[in-house]
Amino acid sequence: MAEPMKIRATLKGDAADVRVLMGHPMETGQRKGPDGKIIPMHFIQEVTVKLNGKIVIEGQISQAVSRNPVFSFRVKGAKAGDRIEIGWVDNKGDKNSSTTAIA
Amino acid sequence: MRRIAGSVLLAGAAMAAPAGAQQQSPYAEYQRMATESAPIELYEIAGEELWKKKQGPKNVSLEACDLGEGPGVLKGAYTHLPRYFADADRVMDLEARLLHCMMTLQGRSREEATKRVFGNADKGSEMELLSAYVAGQSHGLPMRPGNAHAKEKASIELGRKLYFHRAGPWDFSCASCHGEEGKRIRMSGLPVLFKPEYAKPLMSTWPAYRVSTSKIVTLQWRMNDCYRQMRMPEPAFGSDTTVSLIHFMTAAAEGVVYRGPGIKR
Amino acid sequence: MDRNRRTALKSAGTAGALAAAFAAGLLRPQDLLAAGWNKDAFGSKSLADALKGLGAANPADSKDIVIDAPQIAENGAVVPIEVTSNLPNTRSIAVLIEKNPFPLAAKFDFLEGAMPYVKVNVKMGESSNVRVVAEAGGRHYTAVKEVKVTIGGCGG
Repeated sequence: MAEPMKIRATLKGDAADVRVLMGHPMETGQRKGPDGKIIPMHFIQEVTVKLNGKIVIEGQISQAVSRNPVFSFRVKGAKAGDRIEIGWVDNKGDKNSSTTAIA
Repeated sequence: MRRIAGSVLLAGAAMAAPAGAQQQSPYAEYQRMATESAPIELYEIAGEELWKKKQGPKNVSLEACDLGEGPGVLKGAYTHLPRYFADADRVMDLEARLLHCMMTLQGRSREEATKRVFGNADKGSEMELLSAYVAGQSHGLPMRPGNAHAKEKASIELGRKLYFHRAGPWDFSCASCHGEEGKRIRMSGLPVLFKPEYAKPLMSTWPAYRVSTSKIVTLQWRMNDCYRQMRMPEPAFGSDTTVSLIHFMTAAAEGVVYRGPGIKR
Repeated sequence: MDRNRRTALKSAGTAGALAAAFAAGLLRPQDLLAAGWNKDAFGSKSLADALKGLGAANPADSKDIVIDAPQIAENGAVVPIEVTSNLPNTRSIAVLIEKNPFPLAAKFDFLEGAMPYVKVNVKMGESSNVRVVAEAGGRHYTAVKEVKVTIGGCGG
Protein backbone atom coordinates (compact mmCIF):
# COMPACT_ATOMS: atom_id res chain seq x y z
CA MET A 1 0.00 0.00 0.00
CA ALA A 2 1.54 3.30 -1.03
CA GLU A 3 1.99 5.85 1.70
CA PRO A 4 1.22 9.45 0.77
CA MET A 5 4.02 11.49 -0.80
CA LYS A 6 4.26 15.03 -2.08
CA ILE A 7 7.03 16.92 -3.86
CA ARG A 8 7.29 20.67 -4.29
CA ALA A 9 9.98 21.82 -6.71
CA THR A 10 10.45 25.50 -7.41
CA LEU A 11 13.05 27.20 -9.55
CA LYS A 12 15.34 29.76 -7.93
CA GLY A 13 17.68 31.03 -10.62
CA ASP A 14 19.11 27.94 -12.25
CA ALA A 15 18.74 25.77 -9.16
CA ALA A 16 15.56 24.06 -8.04
CA ASP A 17 14.53 23.95 -4.39
CA VAL A 18 13.02 20.54 -3.88
CA ARG A 19 10.95 19.69 -0.84
CA VAL A 20 9.51 16.23 -0.39
CA LEU A 21 7.05 14.99 2.23
CA MET A 22 6.81 11.27 2.83
CA GLY A 23 4.25 9.51 4.95
CA HIS A 24 6.07 6.70 6.78
CA PRO A 25 6.06 5.43 10.38
CA MET A 26 9.88 5.30 10.63
CA GLU A 27 9.60 2.89 13.55
CA THR A 28 12.80 2.52 15.52
CA GLY A 29 12.06 -0.91 16.86
CA GLN A 30 12.36 0.48 20.38
CA ARG A 31 8.76 1.51 20.96
CA LYS A 32 6.12 -0.62 22.59
CA GLY A 33 2.60 -0.75 21.26
CA PRO A 34 -0.58 -0.52 23.34
CA ASP A 35 -0.36 -4.29 23.82
CA GLY A 36 3.04 -3.94 25.45
CA LYS A 37 4.86 -5.65 22.57
CA ILE A 38 7.74 -4.04 20.70
CA ILE A 39 6.67 -2.49 17.41
CA PRO A 40 9.11 -3.90 14.86
CA MET A 41 11.58 -1.67 12.98
CA HIS A 42 10.00 -0.23 9.88
CA PHE A 43 11.80 2.65 8.25
CA ILE A 44 12.91 4.08 4.94
CA GLN A 45 16.51 3.18 4.16
CA GLU A 46 17.12 4.60 0.71
CA VAL A 47 15.97 7.80 -0.91
CA THR A 48 16.76 8.60 -4.53
CA VAL A 49 16.32 11.93 -6.27
CA LYS A 50 16.30 12.04 -10.07
CA LEU A 51 16.32 14.99 -12.42
CA ASN A 52 14.85 14.10 -15.79
CA GLY A 53 15.44 10.43 -15.10
CA LYS A 54 19.05 10.81 -14.01
CA ILE A 55 19.98 10.11 -10.37
CA VAL A 56 21.38 13.23 -8.74
CA ILE A 57 21.11 12.40 -5.04
CA GLU A 58 21.38 9.07 -3.29
CA GLY A 59 20.37 9.10 0.35
CA GLN A 60 20.71 6.44 2.99
CA ILE A 61 18.74 7.13 6.14
CA SER A 62 18.14 5.43 9.43
CA GLN A 63 15.32 4.99 11.91
CA ALA A 64 16.67 8.17 13.55
CA VAL A 65 14.98 10.24 10.86
CA SER A 66 11.64 11.57 12.10
CA ARG A 67 8.33 9.94 11.37
CA ASN A 68 6.76 11.27 8.15
CA PRO A 69 10.12 12.49 6.85
CA VAL A 70 10.41 15.81 5.11
CA PHE A 71 13.57 16.54 3.13
CA SER A 72 14.83 19.58 1.27
CA PHE A 73 17.35 19.31 -1.53
CA ARG A 74 18.77 21.62 -4.19
CA VAL A 75 19.30 20.57 -7.75
CA LYS A 76 21.29 22.74 -10.16
CA GLY A 77 21.11 23.20 -13.89
CA ALA A 78 17.35 22.79 -13.79
CA LYS A 79 14.67 24.52 -15.84
CA ALA A 80 10.96 24.96 -15.34
CA GLY A 81 9.15 21.85 -16.47
CA ASP A 82 12.06 19.50 -15.74
CA ARG A 83 10.97 16.35 -13.94
CA ILE A 84 11.94 15.61 -10.36
CA GLU A 85 11.32 12.03 -9.35
CA ILE A 86 11.88 10.92 -5.77
CA GLY A 87 11.68 7.31 -4.64
CA TRP A 88 12.22 5.44 -1.43
CA VAL A 89 12.77 1.86 -0.34
CA ASP A 90 12.24 0.76 3.25
CA ASN A 91 13.67 -2.09 5.32
CA LYS A 92 10.75 -4.32 4.40
CA GLY A 93 11.39 -3.79 0.71
CA ASP A 94 8.32 -1.58 0.30
CA LYS A 95 8.74 1.24 -2.17
CA ASN A 96 7.09 4.43 -3.22
CA SER A 97 7.85 7.22 -5.63
CA SER A 98 6.44 10.43 -6.90
CA THR A 99 7.21 12.75 -9.80
CA THR A 100 6.60 16.43 -10.21
CA ALA A 101 7.54 19.12 -12.68
CA ILE A 102 9.71 21.99 -11.52
CA ALA A 103 7.56 25.10 -11.28
CA MET B 1 23.36 33.49 24.93
CA ARG B 2 24.66 32.53 28.35
CA ARG B 3 25.52 28.84 28.33
CA ILE B 4 22.77 26.93 30.09
CA ALA B 5 23.97 24.05 32.20
CA GLY B 6 22.04 20.80 32.30
CA SER B 7 20.15 21.94 35.34
CA VAL B 8 16.39 21.99 34.98
CA LEU B 9 16.13 24.93 37.37
CA LEU B 10 18.34 27.18 35.28
CA ALA B 11 16.49 26.26 32.10
CA GLY B 12 13.24 26.83 33.97
CA ALA B 13 14.13 30.47 34.46
CA ALA B 14 14.39 30.91 30.72
CA MET B 15 11.06 29.14 30.23
CA ALA B 16 9.29 31.56 32.53
CA ALA B 17 9.30 34.08 29.69
CA PRO B 18 5.83 34.25 28.14
CA ALA B 19 5.40 31.31 25.81
CA GLY B 20 2.94 33.29 23.74
CA ALA B 21 5.31 36.14 22.97
CA GLN B 22 7.03 34.45 20.05
CA GLN B 23 9.96 36.79 19.80
CA GLN B 24 10.96 36.13 23.39
CA SER B 25 10.17 32.43 23.41
CA PRO B 26 13.28 30.29 23.51
CA TYR B 27 11.44 27.94 21.18
CA ALA B 28 10.74 30.51 18.45
CA GLU B 29 13.58 29.30 16.24
CA TYR B 30 12.52 25.69 16.69
CA GLN B 31 8.88 26.48 15.91
CA ARG B 32 9.83 28.32 12.73
CA MET B 33 12.14 25.58 11.44
CA ALA B 34 9.88 22.72 12.47
CA THR B 35 6.82 24.34 10.90
CA GLU B 36 8.70 24.72 7.61
CA SER B 37 9.63 21.06 7.64
CA ALA B 38 6.40 19.56 8.98
CA PRO B 39 4.45 17.14 6.78
CA ILE B 40 1.29 19.22 7.09
CA GLU B 41 0.51 19.23 3.40
CA LEU B 42 0.04 15.46 3.36
CA TYR B 43 -2.84 15.92 5.80
CA GLU B 44 -4.32 18.79 3.85
CA ILE B 45 -4.31 16.63 0.75
CA ALA B 46 -5.99 13.77 2.61
CA GLY B 47 -8.51 16.25 4.01
CA GLU B 48 -9.31 17.55 0.55
CA GLU B 49 -10.02 14.02 -0.62
CA LEU B 50 -12.42 13.53 2.28
CA TRP B 51 -14.11 16.85 1.58
CA LYS B 52 -14.82 15.64 -1.94
CA LYS B 53 -15.69 12.05 -1.05
CA LYS B 54 -19.29 10.89 -1.34
CA GLN B 55 -20.35 9.38 1.95
CA GLY B 56 -23.32 8.52 4.09
CA PRO B 57 -26.83 7.34 3.24
CA LYS B 58 -27.29 10.33 0.94
CA ASN B 59 -24.04 9.51 -0.84
CA VAL B 60 -22.94 13.10 -1.26
CA SER B 61 -19.68 14.91 -0.57
CA LEU B 62 -19.21 17.82 1.82
CA GLU B 63 -18.60 20.20 -1.06
CA ALA B 64 -21.92 21.98 -0.54
CA CYS B 65 -21.29 22.41 3.18
CA ASP B 66 -21.83 25.99 4.29
CA LEU B 67 -19.11 26.87 6.80
CA GLY B 68 -20.45 30.40 7.10
CA GLU B 69 -19.26 32.03 3.90
CA GLY B 70 -21.73 30.23 1.66
CA PRO B 71 -22.08 26.64 0.46
CA GLY B 72 -18.69 25.22 -0.45
CA VAL B 73 -16.84 28.50 0.15
CA LEU B 74 -13.63 27.68 1.98
CA LYS B 75 -11.56 30.83 1.74
CA GLY B 76 -12.19 32.83 4.88
CA ALA B 77 -14.44 30.16 6.41
CA TYR B 78 -12.09 29.02 9.18
CA THR B 79 -11.04 32.55 10.10
CA HIS B 80 -14.63 33.60 10.71
CA LEU B 81 -15.32 30.75 13.11
CA PRO B 82 -16.76 30.20 15.65
CA ARG B 83 -19.95 31.93 14.55
CA TYR B 84 -23.72 31.66 14.76
CA PHE B 85 -25.54 29.49 12.25
CA ALA B 86 -29.26 30.16 11.81
CA ASP B 87 -30.01 26.72 10.40
CA ALA B 88 -28.80 25.14 13.65
CA ASP B 89 -29.68 28.13 15.83
CA ARG B 90 -26.41 27.90 17.69
CA VAL B 91 -22.80 28.99 17.61
CA MET B 92 -20.52 26.41 16.06
CA ASP B 93 -16.79 26.00 15.66
CA LEU B 94 -15.24 24.30 12.64
CA GLU B 95 -15.61 20.77 13.91
CA ALA B 96 -19.17 21.20 15.19
CA ARG B 97 -20.07 22.64 11.80
CA LEU B 98 -18.39 19.80 9.91
CA LEU B 99 -20.37 17.38 12.04
CA HIS B 100 -23.54 19.30 11.22
CA CYS B 101 -22.81 18.97 7.50
CA MET B 102 -22.01 15.28 7.85
CA MET B 103 -25.37 14.77 9.48
CA THR B 104 -27.54 17.03 7.35
CA LEU B 105 -25.88 16.83 3.93
CA GLN B 106 -24.60 13.27 4.07
CA GLY B 107 -27.37 11.89 6.26
CA ARG B 108 -24.93 10.34 8.70
CA SER B 109 -25.83 9.74 12.33
CA ARG B 110 -24.02 11.64 15.05
CA GLU B 111 -22.95 8.32 16.50
CA GLU B 112 -21.34 7.14 13.29
CA ALA B 113 -19.73 10.45 12.40
CA THR B 114 -18.20 10.89 15.86
CA LYS B 115 -17.20 7.28 16.39
CA ARG B 116 -13.54 8.13 15.88
CA VAL B 117 -13.06 11.88 16.15
CA PHE B 118 -9.52 11.71 17.45
CA GLY B 119 -7.12 9.61 15.42
CA ASN B 120 -3.55 8.44 15.90
CA ALA B 121 -0.19 8.53 14.17
CA ASP B 122 -1.07 5.70 11.82
CA LYS B 123 -4.36 7.21 10.72
CA GLY B 124 -5.77 10.66 11.29
CA SER B 125 -9.49 10.95 11.97
CA GLU B 126 -11.85 12.41 9.39
CA MET B 127 -12.32 15.49 11.55
CA GLU B 128 -8.59 16.03 11.90
CA LEU B 129 -7.87 15.69 8.19
CA LEU B 130 -10.85 17.82 7.18
CA SER B 131 -9.88 20.45 9.75
CA ALA B 132 -6.34 20.64 8.40
CA TYR B 133 -7.63 21.09 4.85
CA VAL B 134 -10.37 23.61 5.60
CA ALA B 135 -8.26 25.69 7.97
CA GLY B 136 -5.39 25.73 5.49
CA GLN B 137 -7.67 27.36 2.94
CA SER B 138 -7.76 30.45 5.19
CA HIS B 139 -4.02 30.72 5.63
CA GLY B 140 -2.93 34.35 5.58
CA LEU B 141 -6.34 35.81 6.43
CA PRO B 142 -7.21 37.73 9.64
CA MET B 143 -9.10 35.82 12.32
CA ARG B 144 -12.45 37.43 13.07
CA PRO B 145 -14.76 35.07 14.91
CA GLY B 146 -18.43 36.11 15.14
CA ASN B 147 -19.17 38.62 17.89
CA ALA B 148 -22.18 40.65 16.72
CA HIS B 149 -25.10 38.24 17.08
CA ALA B 150 -26.63 37.91 20.54
CA LYS B 151 -25.80 34.21 20.66
CA GLU B 152 -22.21 34.93 19.62
CA LYS B 153 -21.83 37.38 22.51
CA ALA B 154 -23.41 34.85 24.84
CA SER B 155 -21.06 32.15 23.58
CA ILE B 156 -17.96 34.24 24.25
CA GLU B 157 -19.31 35.10 27.70
CA LEU B 158 -20.02 31.45 28.46
CA GLY B 159 -16.48 30.63 27.39
CA ARG B 160 -15.11 33.25 29.76
CA LYS B 161 -17.18 31.86 32.64
CA LEU B 162 -16.09 28.29 31.92
CA TYR B 163 -12.44 29.35 31.67
CA PHE B 164 -12.53 30.46 35.30
CA HIS B 165 -15.05 27.95 36.63
CA ARG B 166 -13.46 25.56 39.10
CA ALA B 167 -14.91 22.09 39.14
CA GLY B 168 -14.10 18.41 39.20
CA PRO B 169 -12.28 16.37 41.85
CA TRP B 170 -9.24 18.67 41.74
CA ASP B 171 -11.22 21.89 41.72
CA PHE B 172 -9.44 22.97 38.55
CA SER B 173 -10.36 25.51 35.95
CA CYS B 174 -8.49 26.45 32.79
CA ALA B 175 -7.17 29.37 34.79
CA SER B 176 -5.52 27.01 37.28
CA CYS B 177 -2.79 26.50 34.69
CA HIS B 178 -3.54 29.27 32.20
CA GLY B 179 -4.50 32.07 34.51
CA GLU B 180 -1.23 33.68 35.51
CA GLU B 181 1.96 34.81 33.83
CA GLY B 182 5.22 33.04 34.39
CA LYS B 183 3.91 29.51 34.97
CA ARG B 184 5.19 26.40 33.29
CA ILE B 185 4.79 22.63 33.22
CA ARG B 186 8.24 21.10 32.88
CA MET B 187 9.82 23.10 30.07
CA SER B 188 6.60 24.33 28.47
CA GLY B 189 5.59 27.86 29.39
CA LEU B 190 1.86 28.10 30.14
CA PRO B 191 0.20 30.80 28.04
CA VAL B 192 -2.43 33.06 29.60
CA LEU B 193 -4.94 32.40 26.86
CA PHE B 194 -7.39 35.24 27.50
CA LYS B 195 -4.68 37.82 26.90
CA PRO B 196 -4.27 38.81 23.23
CA GLU B 197 -0.47 38.69 23.34
CA TYR B 198 -0.72 34.98 24.16
CA ALA B 199 -3.91 34.10 22.31
CA LYS B 200 -2.78 35.60 19.00
CA PRO B 201 0.33 33.54 18.28
CA LEU B 202 -1.32 30.37 19.56
CA MET B 203 -4.87 30.48 18.19
CA SER B 204 -3.41 31.33 14.78
CA THR B 205 -1.70 27.95 14.54
CA TRP B 206 -4.53 25.49 15.22
CA PRO B 207 -5.16 22.84 13.98
CA ALA B 208 -1.58 21.64 14.10
CA TYR B 209 0.79 18.74 13.48
CA ARG B 210 1.83 17.58 16.90
CA VAL B 211 5.43 16.41 16.59
CA SER B 212 5.48 14.28 19.73
CA THR B 213 2.57 12.14 18.51
CA SER B 214 2.96 12.59 14.74
CA LYS B 215 -0.66 13.52 14.15
CA ILE B 216 -2.90 16.47 13.49
CA VAL B 217 -4.46 17.86 16.66
CA THR B 218 -7.50 20.10 16.65
CA LEU B 219 -9.08 22.49 19.15
CA GLN B 220 -11.86 20.03 19.95
CA TRP B 221 -9.14 17.54 20.85
CA ARG B 222 -7.35 20.16 22.93
CA MET B 223 -10.47 20.98 24.93
CA ASN B 224 -11.18 17.31 25.42
CA ASP B 225 -7.62 16.59 26.54
CA CYS B 226 -7.46 19.56 28.90
CA TYR B 227 -10.69 18.39 30.54
CA ARG B 228 -9.15 14.94 30.88
CA GLN B 229 -6.04 16.40 32.48
CA MET B 230 -8.23 18.34 34.90
CA ARG B 231 -10.02 15.08 35.74
CA MET B 232 -13.32 16.58 34.59
CA PRO B 233 -16.06 14.56 32.87
CA GLU B 234 -15.49 14.27 29.14
CA PRO B 235 -17.16 17.11 27.23
CA ALA B 236 -19.30 16.04 24.28
CA PHE B 237 -17.73 16.64 20.87
CA GLY B 238 -18.77 19.99 19.49
CA SER B 239 -20.74 20.82 22.65
CA ASP B 240 -21.47 24.35 23.83
CA THR B 241 -18.81 23.77 26.49
CA THR B 242 -16.05 23.18 24.00
CA VAL B 243 -17.29 25.62 21.38
CA SER B 244 -17.71 28.50 23.83
CA LEU B 245 -14.22 28.01 25.26
CA ILE B 246 -12.78 27.96 21.75
CA HIS B 247 -14.87 31.02 20.90
CA PHE B 248 -13.63 32.91 23.98
CA MET B 249 -9.98 32.23 23.16
CA THR B 250 -10.37 32.93 19.45
CA ALA B 251 -12.03 36.24 20.32
CA ALA B 252 -8.98 37.08 22.43
CA ALA B 253 -6.90 36.56 19.29
CA GLU B 254 -9.14 38.82 17.19
CA GLY B 255 -7.38 40.25 14.14
CA VAL B 256 -4.32 38.02 14.12
CA VAL B 257 -3.33 36.67 10.71
CA TYR B 258 -3.98 32.95 10.53
CA ARG B 259 -0.68 31.14 9.98
CA GLY B 260 -1.80 27.56 10.22
CA PRO B 261 -2.01 24.69 10.16
CA GLY B 262 0.98 24.91 12.46
CA ILE B 263 2.95 22.62 14.69
CA LYS B 264 2.74 21.83 18.36
CA ARG B 265 5.12 20.05 20.64
CA MET C 1 29.12 -6.43 -15.07
CA ASP C 2 32.80 -5.92 -15.79
CA ARG C 3 35.47 -7.12 -13.40
CA ASN C 4 36.52 -3.68 -12.19
CA ARG C 5 33.00 -2.68 -11.26
CA ARG C 6 32.35 -5.96 -9.48
CA THR C 7 35.59 -5.63 -7.56
CA ALA C 8 34.78 -2.08 -6.58
CA LEU C 9 31.35 -3.12 -5.29
CA LYS C 10 32.69 -6.10 -3.36
CA SER C 11 35.51 -4.24 -1.69
CA ALA C 12 33.50 -1.12 -1.02
CA GLY C 13 32.50 -1.64 2.60
CA THR C 14 32.14 2.08 3.03
CA ALA C 15 30.27 4.70 1.11
CA GLY C 16 33.50 6.69 0.92
CA ALA C 17 35.11 3.98 -1.12
CA LEU C 18 31.99 3.81 -3.26
CA ALA C 19 32.13 7.52 -3.95
CA ALA C 20 35.81 7.23 -4.85
CA ALA C 21 35.06 4.31 -7.12
CA PHE C 22 32.28 6.32 -8.70
CA ALA C 23 34.56 9.28 -9.20
CA ALA C 24 37.07 6.97 -10.81
CA GLY C 25 34.40 6.05 -13.32
CA LEU C 26 34.09 2.48 -12.07
CA LEU C 27 30.49 2.77 -10.95
CA ARG C 28 27.34 3.94 -12.60
CA PRO C 29 24.73 5.80 -10.52
CA GLN C 30 22.58 2.67 -10.43
CA ASP C 31 25.41 0.79 -8.72
CA LEU C 32 25.27 3.06 -5.70
CA LEU C 33 21.64 2.02 -5.29
CA ALA C 34 22.47 -1.64 -5.77
CA ALA C 35 25.23 -1.47 -3.18
CA GLY C 36 22.56 -0.78 -0.56
CA TRP C 37 22.39 0.51 2.90
CA ASN C 38 25.57 0.88 4.94
CA LYS C 39 24.73 -1.57 7.73
CA ASP C 40 28.09 -1.18 9.47
CA ALA C 41 27.90 2.57 9.76
CA PHE C 42 24.20 2.75 10.62
CA GLY C 43 24.52 -0.10 13.10
CA SER C 44 27.39 1.51 14.96
CA LYS C 45 26.63 2.44 18.55
CA SER C 46 29.52 4.83 19.06
CA LEU C 47 30.45 7.92 17.15
CA ALA C 48 33.93 6.52 16.53
CA ASP C 49 32.56 3.31 15.00
CA ALA C 50 30.06 5.22 12.88
CA LEU C 51 32.83 7.44 11.54
CA LYS C 52 34.93 4.38 10.82
CA GLY C 53 31.99 2.80 9.04
CA LEU C 54 31.80 5.89 6.87
CA GLY C 55 35.50 5.67 6.11
CA ALA C 56 35.90 8.99 7.93
CA ALA C 57 37.85 8.05 11.05
CA ASN C 58 39.75 11.34 11.35
CA PRO C 59 37.84 14.15 9.70
CA ALA C 60 39.37 17.63 9.78
CA ASP C 61 37.40 20.45 11.35
CA SER C 62 36.01 22.78 8.74
CA LYS C 63 34.24 26.10 8.88
CA ASP C 64 32.95 25.52 5.36
CA ILE C 65 30.27 23.18 6.63
CA VAL C 66 27.29 25.22 7.80
CA ILE C 67 24.81 23.60 10.17
CA ASP C 68 21.52 25.37 10.81
CA ALA C 69 19.61 23.79 13.68
CA PRO C 70 17.52 25.16 16.53
CA GLN C 71 19.44 25.97 19.67
CA ILE C 72 16.68 24.43 21.78
CA ALA C 73 14.25 21.87 20.40
CA GLU C 74 10.89 21.80 22.10
CA ASN C 75 10.62 18.11 21.36
CA GLY C 76 13.19 15.52 20.32
CA ALA C 77 10.87 13.70 17.92
CA VAL C 78 11.35 16.24 15.15
CA VAL C 79 14.54 18.30 15.11
CA PRO C 80 15.14 20.06 11.78
CA ILE C 81 18.78 20.04 10.66
CA GLU C 82 19.85 22.03 7.63
CA VAL C 83 23.33 21.50 6.19
CA THR C 84 25.20 23.37 3.49
CA SER C 85 28.71 22.44 2.47
CA ASN C 86 30.80 25.17 0.92
CA LEU C 87 33.72 22.81 0.42
CA PRO C 88 34.55 22.50 -3.27
CA ASN C 89 33.62 19.12 -4.81
CA THR C 90 31.56 17.97 -1.87
CA ARG C 91 30.52 14.39 -2.64
CA SER C 92 28.54 13.56 0.44
CA ILE C 93 27.10 14.86 3.68
CA ALA C 94 26.47 12.63 6.68
CA VAL C 95 24.48 13.69 9.75
CA LEU C 96 25.27 12.09 13.11
CA ILE C 97 23.59 12.64 16.47
CA GLU C 98 26.39 11.90 18.87
CA LYS C 99 24.28 10.83 21.84
CA ASN C 100 21.71 8.78 19.94
CA PRO C 101 21.85 5.00 20.49
CA PHE C 102 22.92 4.73 16.84
CA PRO C 103 24.64 8.01 15.99
CA LEU C 104 24.48 7.91 12.19
CA ALA C 105 21.12 9.31 11.08
CA ALA C 106 21.53 9.99 7.38
CA LYS C 107 24.01 10.17 4.56
CA PHE C 108 23.50 11.80 1.21
CA ASP C 109 25.68 11.32 -1.85
CA PHE C 110 25.59 14.16 -4.35
CA LEU C 111 26.09 13.24 -7.96
CA GLU C 112 26.47 15.67 -10.80
CA GLY C 113 23.54 18.06 -10.77
CA ALA C 114 22.98 18.13 -7.04
CA MET C 115 24.07 20.88 -4.69
CA PRO C 116 25.70 19.79 -1.42
CA TYR C 117 22.73 20.85 0.67
CA VAL C 118 20.14 18.98 2.63
CA LYS C 119 17.49 19.60 5.25
CA VAL C 120 16.29 16.63 7.27
CA ASN C 121 14.26 16.08 10.44
CA VAL C 122 15.96 13.84 12.98
CA LYS C 123 14.99 12.26 16.28
CA MET C 124 17.15 13.19 19.22
CA GLY C 125 16.95 11.20 22.42
CA GLU C 126 18.55 13.97 24.47
CA SER C 127 20.54 17.15 24.13
CA SER C 128 23.52 16.35 21.95
CA ASN C 129 26.05 17.53 19.44
CA VAL C 130 24.81 17.25 15.90
CA ARG C 131 27.88 16.34 13.87
CA VAL C 132 28.15 16.62 10.11
CA VAL C 133 30.83 14.83 8.11
CA ALA C 134 31.35 15.90 4.52
CA GLU C 135 33.49 14.22 1.96
CA ALA C 136 35.11 16.55 -0.51
CA GLY C 137 38.04 16.08 -2.84
CA GLY C 138 38.63 12.60 -1.46
CA ARG C 139 39.00 13.78 2.16
CA HIS C 140 36.65 14.06 5.12
CA TYR C 141 35.75 17.21 7.01
CA THR C 142 33.53 17.82 9.99
CA ALA C 143 31.59 20.46 11.88
CA VAL C 144 29.42 20.27 14.94
CA LYS C 145 26.52 22.16 16.52
CA GLU C 146 24.97 21.59 19.90
CA VAL C 147 21.21 21.17 20.05
CA LYS C 148 19.41 21.07 23.37
CA VAL C 149 16.29 19.01 23.70
CA THR C 150 13.81 19.83 26.43
CA ILE C 151 10.96 17.94 27.98
CA GLY C 152 7.73 19.79 27.61
CA GLY C 153 4.54 19.70 29.60
CA CYS C 154 1.08 19.02 28.30
CA GLY C 155 0.37 19.45 24.60
CA GLY C 156 -0.89 22.55 22.84
